[in-house]
Parts: sequence; C-alpha cells; structure tokens
Amino acid sequence: MNTAADRAESDLQEFDSPPAVTGGGEAGIGPWRLAARRMRRRRGALAFGLIFVVLVAVCLLAPVYADLVAGSGPYENHLTDQVTVDGQSVNVVGYDGIPIGPTWQGEFLLGADGNGRDVAVRLLYGGRNSLLIGIASAIITTILGLIVGLLAGYFRGWTDSVLSRLMDILWAFPVILLGIALGTSLALGGLALGPIDISGGSLAIPIFVIAIIYVPYLARPIRGEVLSLREKEFVEAARAQGMGSLRLIASEILPNVLSTALVFFPLLVANAILLEAALSFLGAGVQPPEPSWGTMIDEGVQRIITAPALAIVPGVMLVLTVLALNVFGEAVRESLDPKAKVRIEH
Amino acid sequence: MGEPLLTVSDLRVSFRTEGGLVQAVDGVSFDLDRGEVLSIVGESGCGKSVMAMTLMGLTASRNASISGSIRLGETEIVGADDDSLRSIRGERMAMIFQNPMSSLNPVQRIGDQIVEQIRAHRDVSKSEAMERAVYLLNAVGVPDAKARARAYPHEFSGGMRQRAMIAMALSLDPEVLIADEPTTALDVTIQAQIIDLLMELNREMGLAVILITHDLGVVAEIANRVAVMYAGQLVEEASLDGLFYDPLHPYSWGLLGSVPRVDGERPKRLAQIKGQPPSLIDPPKGCRFRERCPHAFEACEGPVALEPRAGDPGHPDRCLLPVEAKRDLRKLDSGRIGLEEAGAGS
Amino acid sequence: MTRFIIKRLASMVLVLFAVSVITFLIFNVIPNGDPAVRMAGKQPTETQVQAIREEWGFDKPIYVQYATTMKLLFTGQMVSYFSQLNVVEEIWKGVPRTFALAIGAAILWMIFAIALGLWSAMRAGGISDNLLNVFALIGISMPVFWLGALMNQYLGFELSNVLGFELFPNGGYVEFSESPWQWFHHLILPWIALSVLFIGFYSRVLRANIIETMDEDYVRTARAKGLSDRRVLLHHVLRNSLIPVVTLWGLDFAVVIGGGAILTETVFNLQGVGQYAADAIGQLDQPPILAVTMFGAFFVVFFNTVIDIVYAALDPRIRLEAGDSA
Ligand SMILES: Nc1ncnc2c1ncn2[C@@H]1O[C@H](COP(=O)(O)OP(=O)(O)OP(=O)(O)O)[C@@H](O)[C@H]1O
Ligand SMILES: [Mg+2]
Repeated sequence: MNTAADRAESDLQEFDSPPAVTGGGEAGIGPWRLAARRMRRRRGALAFGLIFVVLVAVCLLAPVYADLVAGSGPYENHLTDQVTVDGQSVNVVGYDGIPIGPTWQGEFLLGADGNGRDVAVRLLYGGRNSLLIGIASAIITTILGLIVGLLAGYFRGWTDSVLSRLMDILWAFPVILLGIALGTSLALGGLALGPIDISGGSLAIPIFVIAIIYVPYLARPIRGEVLSLREKEFVEAARAQGMGSLRLIASEILPNVLSTALVFFPLLVANAILLEAALSFLGAGVQPPEPSWGTMIDEGVQRIITAPALAIVPGVMLVLTVLALNVFGEAVRESLDPKAKVRIEH
Repeated sequence: MGEPLLTVSDLRVSFRTEGGLVQAVDGVSFDLDRGEVLSIVGESGCGKSVMAMTLMGLTASRNASISGSIRLGETEIVGADDDSLRSIRGERMAMIFQNPMSSLNPVQRIGDQIVEQIRAHRDVSKSEAMERAVYLLNAVGVPDAKARARAYPHEFSGGMRQRAMIAMALSLDPEVLIADEPTTALDVTIQAQIIDLLMELNREMGLAVILITHDLGVVAEIANRVAVMYAGQLVEEASLDGLFYDPLHPYSWGLLGSVPRVDGERPKRLAQIKGQPPSLIDPPKGCRFRERCPHAFEACEGPVALEPRAGDPGHPDRCLLPVEAKRDLRKLDSGRIGLEEAGAGS
Repeated sequence: MTRFIIKRLASMVLVLFAVSVITFLIFNVIPNGDPAVRMAGKQPTETQVQAIREEWGFDKPIYVQYATTMKLLFTGQMVSYFSQLNVVEEIWKGVPRTFALAIGAAILWMIFAIALGLWSAMRAGGISDNLLNVFALIGISMPVFWLGALMNQYLGFELSNVLGFELFPNGGYVEFSESPWQWFHHLILPWIALSVLFIGFYSRVLRANIIETMDEDYVRTARAKGLSDRRVLLHHVLRNSLIPVVTLWGLDFAVVIGGGAILTETVFNLQGVGQYAADAIGQLDQPPILAVTMFGAFFVVFFNTVIDIVYAALDPRIRLEAGDSA
C-alpha cells in the first residue's frame, strides 16, 4: 500500500482532472484502456486482488484438503476421538468440554470446535459457502440492478415511478432488519418463485435475500446515468434511425453504464459477504450444520472464553477477504470513475 | 511615471501531472504602472489564469513549481511566506473571477462575505465592517444594498453577483485589481455594465487593472496596454493603438483577424486560428507558433526572445521576420491567418 | 415552507403505508407454507396454529389479513407465541437502550470522522493519509459483531482480570436513572464498536469532499480575500463539505436508531430493540421480528422526513425553492 509509486500516484490523482492539458497525450486513449493503465500502476491494490483470488482458490480446494491433509469432513464429529500431537495422544474435546486448540499439523491444524469438528476443514468449507453467497448474490444484484435502472431510466413515466418507489421502499428498511425478516420468514417453508422452488435450509435463500436487499444501491445510480444518457446525441441518433427500445438499451446505453456496475461489483461482493456473516451470526442466514464464516463466528463467540481461536480464526479470514475486496474495489473505482459516489451499507 | 507598481520578471509555473510536466507559464515578464489597465489576451489554455493566480500567490498546489519574480512595490511574491501573502491578498491586490455563479460561498450571506474580508485585515467591529460592505455594494450599483447584503448568492443574478465580487475586491482599496475574464459568463448588456464599472473605478480611484479577456471589444474600450499570450509565453506586448494598428506577431494578426477595419462594426471575440496550440508538455523549441504560422522559416526553430524588434521599446514581440516583411505580409493576407478555414468552422 | 412540509408529510404517509404492505407480504405471503404455522414458531401445537389462524385471519381474503395484522400491531395486541409476551411492550422496553446506543455512537463517529477526514485531506497523499486510509479500509471491512465480541472479551473481561478492576465492563446495560456513571461506563465499548465502521466510512467521504471542495471557485475567492488558511478551511471548505455528510449522517442515524444496531446490541447484551428481534430468530418467533422490522423502517422513513424538513429550514437554496412553490 505504501510503496513510493503508490504515494506518487495518489499525489497526482487529485490533479489529474483539472482543465485538460492542451493537446496532451491522453486524448486518444479510450476510457477502458485508461482505466486499465491506471489500474496496472496500483500494485498494492492488485496484490490485494490477488489475495482474494488465492482465498477463493484455497476455499475451492476444501475437499482436497479435507481428504488428503485433515482426513476429516466438515460435518464429522470427533467428540470421543484422540489425536497424536508431539507424540502424545490428546483428546479432541477434553472432559471439561474444551476442544483442542491449534495443533499446527495436518489433523486439526487449527484445532477442533465444540463438536469435535476440524476447524481448518470447516473454515475452508465455510469460506466456500460465504464466497459462493457473496459472489452469487452480487451477480444477481448486478443483473437486477441493471435491469431496474435501465428500464426506469429509459422509459421514465410510470415504469420509473413504480420501480423507483419500490426501490425507495426497499431502501427504507435497515439492511440487517430486512435480511432477518426475509431470512427467518423463508427459513421454514422456503420459497416458491414460479418454477423455482427453494427449500428452507438451502443456501439459495441467503443468496436470494442478500441479492434483493442490495438492488436499490445499484439501481439508483444506474437509473440516474441512464436518465442523462438517453438525452445524448448518439442515443437520439439511434432512436431517429428507428432502433427499437430494447435493442437501443442493449446496444447503446448498457455499454455506457457497465463501468458503474463494474465499480460496484467488488464492493457488492464484500458487503454481501459481510451481510451473510451477520445474518448467519444471528441465525437468519446459513443454517447449521452447514458451515459459513458467519455461523463459525457465532459458534466461536459462544465459546470465546475457553476457546477464543474458534471466534478469531473465521473472523480473520472474513476480514482479510472483505479487506482485499474493498482495497481492490476502491482502486477499480478510482481507475474507472474517480468521481463515482459509491455507498453500500451492511 | 517612475517606479512601476508591479514588476513580473521571467515568471515560470509548471505542474507535475500524470501526463508529464505542464509548463503553463514560461518566462513571462511585464510591468504594470499605477492607474494602468493592462489587458492579457490569448487562446484558451495558454496559461492566463495560471499566471493571474500566481500573481496573487494562489498557485499553491503541491504539484506546482514556480520560479522568477513578482514584485509588488518592495514586496517579492514568489516564495513569500503565508503571512506576507495574506497581507497582500485582498489588501493590496484583489481578484475577481470568470464565474460569479460559483465564486461566492453558497451558504454565506453576501454581506458577511465582504465583512469577512474586511475583518481579516482591519481591526473593526462587525457592524462597522457591514456598514462599509453596504456602502460598497451601493457604490458598485447593487440596488437596495442594505437589504441585499443579507441575501445569499443564489438570490442574486449573475451580474449582481459579479458586482458583489467587485465590491468585495474593492473593500480594502487595493492597488491592483486582477480581473480574470470577469464578463465571460454574463449576458451582453450586463457585460457592458460591468466593464463600465471597472473603467469608472480605474479612472476615479486610479486603480491599476490586469484584465484577462477574450473580448477584443472590451480590450479596445478599456485597456491602455495589451499583452498577447501564446502557449505560456508573451509573444507581443504593445500599447492599445500599437497592437490594433501595428500588430507585429503573426499570432496577433490571427487574433485580430476578425476585427473589421473600416466599417466600424463592433469587434467580435478573438478569431479562431486554424490548428491547435502546442502541448504545454514538452513544447516545441524555438517559436511555439511555428507550426501554425504560414510564414515560418528555418530560423524559427532557433531561440526567439521577446525583443523590441521594431525599435519601439514599448512594443516588443517574438517574431523573427524582418519588420518590413511583417508589415507587408500583414497587408497581403490582411492579417487573416487561417481565417478562411476557421471562419468555416465557427 | 408550510406547503413543503405538508407535501413531505403526505409522501411520508404513503411510504409508510407501502412499507407496511411490504412487511406484511414478506412475512405472510411471499414464503411457502402455512403462515399460521410460521407465526407459531419452531414447535407449534395444532391448537396453537388453529388459534393463530383465527386471530390473524389467515383463512380470510388477503386484504383482511393485512388489516388484521396492522390492527394487531398498532393496537398493541400482537404477542409472541413463544414467550407469550406482548411484542409492542417489549419493543418499548428496548427503545431507551437503543436510543442511548445510537445517539452516543452517532456523536462519537461524527467527531472522529471530522477530525480524521480533515487530517487526511490536509495531508492527502502523505504517509499519515495513507495510513489512515488503511485503517479506514480495515474499519469498514470489520464485521461489527466480531469486533464487538473481541472487545467485550479482551477489553471487558480479560483486561479486567489482569488489572484487577473493570476498566470496561463485560457487556450489559445499566439504566441511566440507576447510575449515570454505570450507564456511561457500560456504553463505552458498544459506542466504540458501533462507530468503527462509520468512522472509517465517513472520514473517507469527508476527505474526498474536502479535496473536491478545495477546488471550488469560492474557496479560491476565500483565499484571494487574504483569509488565514485555518479560516478558509473551517469556514469555507469544511462547512460546505459537511453538508452532504450531514445528510448521510442523518440517514445512518435513522437506521441505527431504528434497530439497525442489532449486532452491537446483541454482542454487548444491551437488550435494545434490535436484540429483541435477534433473540427471536433462534426460535423463528415471527411476531417480534415483524414488529421490529416495521418499527425500524417506520423510523427511517419518519426520520428522513424530519431531516428533509430541517434541511429545508437550514439550507438557503432549498428554502428558496420551498418558498417559490408556496
Ligand atoms: N493545477 C493544475 N495542474 C495541472 N495543470 C494545470 C493546473 N492548472 C492549470 N493547468 C494547465 O495549465 C494550462 C493553462 O491553463 P489556464 O487555466 O491558465 O488557461 P487559460 O489561458 O486561463 O484558459 P481559459 O481562457 O480557458 O481560461 C492548461 O493547459 C491547464 O491544463
Ligand atoms: Mg482562464
């Protein structure tokens, strides 16, 4: 973060937009190329992006780790088992109910939880779930947010009124309360959305819930951009040529709002992961025994006095992941659209 | 006239930017006498505003470097510390800006903004300062000044705001007023009123004015002397008549090209000249106008100093053509450099 | 101005209605299965379900269901079938606690955000700015419940063991009327935990605003007037940069006060409104969650209206528009 290059870069950032340098060298470069060039210069941010990719890769390898290294699945109890540490045989869960701490060896690398399950294994499986929820819901949010924003901004009139009011109302709910409301009401019976039938305990529930909650955060700025884009000459020209509305939206307007969607994406993933953790912590997200970093922190906090590692380890993973996304996301924003105002709650 | 009031010598201002080093002001020298109106003209982006800001010691961004000298009486402004700059700004040198819409603080009452300036320099009570503010507003032609002093900027029209700016600038009887395109953002009738006001102040108070403008009509009306700026340098400096009747630099001919000679029609804005000014990042060696000049020859690639080439020490220019050739060429194409093409475009 | 207020209040009523409809839909219509069974919580008996079905009118048309639900809620008759306690009464018990948490935290985070935002903007690009940026990013990446749990454990519990006295208490809430000092003492850690995220976020927003405002023409004017840097910064730059931040602050404050601080309340066991809902989750006890959700959204909507009106009273530009339309 603090390399000289980074510092010089941020030195210049505030000055890169005053009156255009006459006949300067940057005029011919397209916005995407320019953004890519700026992005390349931000080594620190790229490193954090890489950290995120590595985290994803490691979590995807959870089954391999479980089979080859730990020799235990994410749901397997070892309440009455013993493990050999430094040549001594130790109970996985002591008679006082305190699980074993980090062994720093293949089995129970990071210790066991209260049910005698391998924390490292659950950490990876939990990460898989947390990341899956974060990324999947961010994708859905992006798609829905684009659709809503494009339709409302382009057609204006009652389409806009209806969609915008709906967004306003969703926006009125505190994020976490809306999450709990949807999470608990769907937890028992699940959800039937036409042909899609989601059962209560499914991961699809938190994905769906989180995706819906964040739609207004993206739809609103997109709508604003579309409102001004639709008045632009190139859109007028396309319209004058008789291009149909939907084609016009797809071919003329969508490409121009993609950068906004791109700016939001890493930050949406970060916030979705945090919201998933919060909901799971409260019991309204991922349902046990399915692991996620949120449920693991929940279980850990309940045992924080005797086995603090159970709370600390998944929390550190969570913070690292979200931090990586935030740092990377901030750099994406500054490279693509330094003036963009991005605001997402969690 | 004795000692000049303001002496600028070899002033250079450059900015570090993403694209490279922008040499916005490159070796500018001139004097300003008491009671004189010096007009500075030149294309957009040639460094006029940067120079004006530097005169006030306002070019302070960390990416700027300044060299040369600006002397106001005994005081050197380049490199002066904050305290001495503060005692000059507003007090001895004041400035008004192009855009009166945005140059006043939107959340502070007009009167308070003037009071703030007075009290920053003089140890007077609020009510005394307000009395003076009302007096000044009245003097610059704000009707019902007492009541209007309590208004916010958005309640003023553009012309009234510029009057308020002038009242503020005059509040401490400065010796020099720098006006950076004070009428560009205003309606034509309002423009004339503001210029009349400036003329009146110049005549009655002996206020020295540096007027930056694109409007040759304004120049003709008010200026004693004119400096023509091109790509960060002065290319010609002359008395008003000297420039209008005997312009020596081909760039000046171009600028004057749109001023009709005999039919007495009101002069228009600066003419457009074919081509683009050079980049201020690594500007070409030699004459900077070379590439756009139809009369350029080999020597133009060598150094060109600002010298009194026509014998008149008050009328230096930066063109290497022999004086006689200049006068002939000027007549031949009626000074209309590139005008045919530019006329078609505008 | 009066007309502006009336218009704004009218639209508030509409949004409140819409919010209530959405809440109703979320709980009673969108999910699969028998709503009476869901209302009853995790292990309902058949008679319970039958009673609920009648009380909530689940055998009636949907608009009757809506009306019944609202009636139960607004006449204070809604009960939790798990605890048998009156939901509205329980919420009222939590309100002073939630308010204490929200108000203190909002003040704390605003003060720190202004101080740090100013500091960073003044030193933009410098080492301390970069360092603060890193801290801010960590702050906004930190789940508040995790941070709170660790603070509670290490600063509240372990540290007290080490020191032999309670520098910070280990969770819980003491009524102000009981002991103002204890009240304050018990709220310190929750205030800090809740503020971290907001400080991180606000200080960056403010920093960006300040840097943007410094390029404004009127700031140039202020400097040209010969004002001291300090005066330019505080009277011209900061004042204008704060306007959008204050709006944000109002919105977030509304969310926090409307139950959005549920996680902080829960980890520090403050027994506020949010925790009331959180405690109901384990049993899937729906009535408290429904009521708190509605309470939260109502508060946000109401508070936003108040902010708009106060804003119109404060900002001369908006006031003018309002005056024009009157
Ligand atoms: N802070 C800055 N950082 C980098 N470059 C700058 C900065 N300020 C001005 N410049 C550059 O300096 C050059 C001169 O700008 P300046 O504003 O003085 O032009 P101008 O002659 O006043 O033009 P106009 O007639 O449009 O007002 C421009 O190329 C501009 O891009
Ligand atoms: Mg200018």
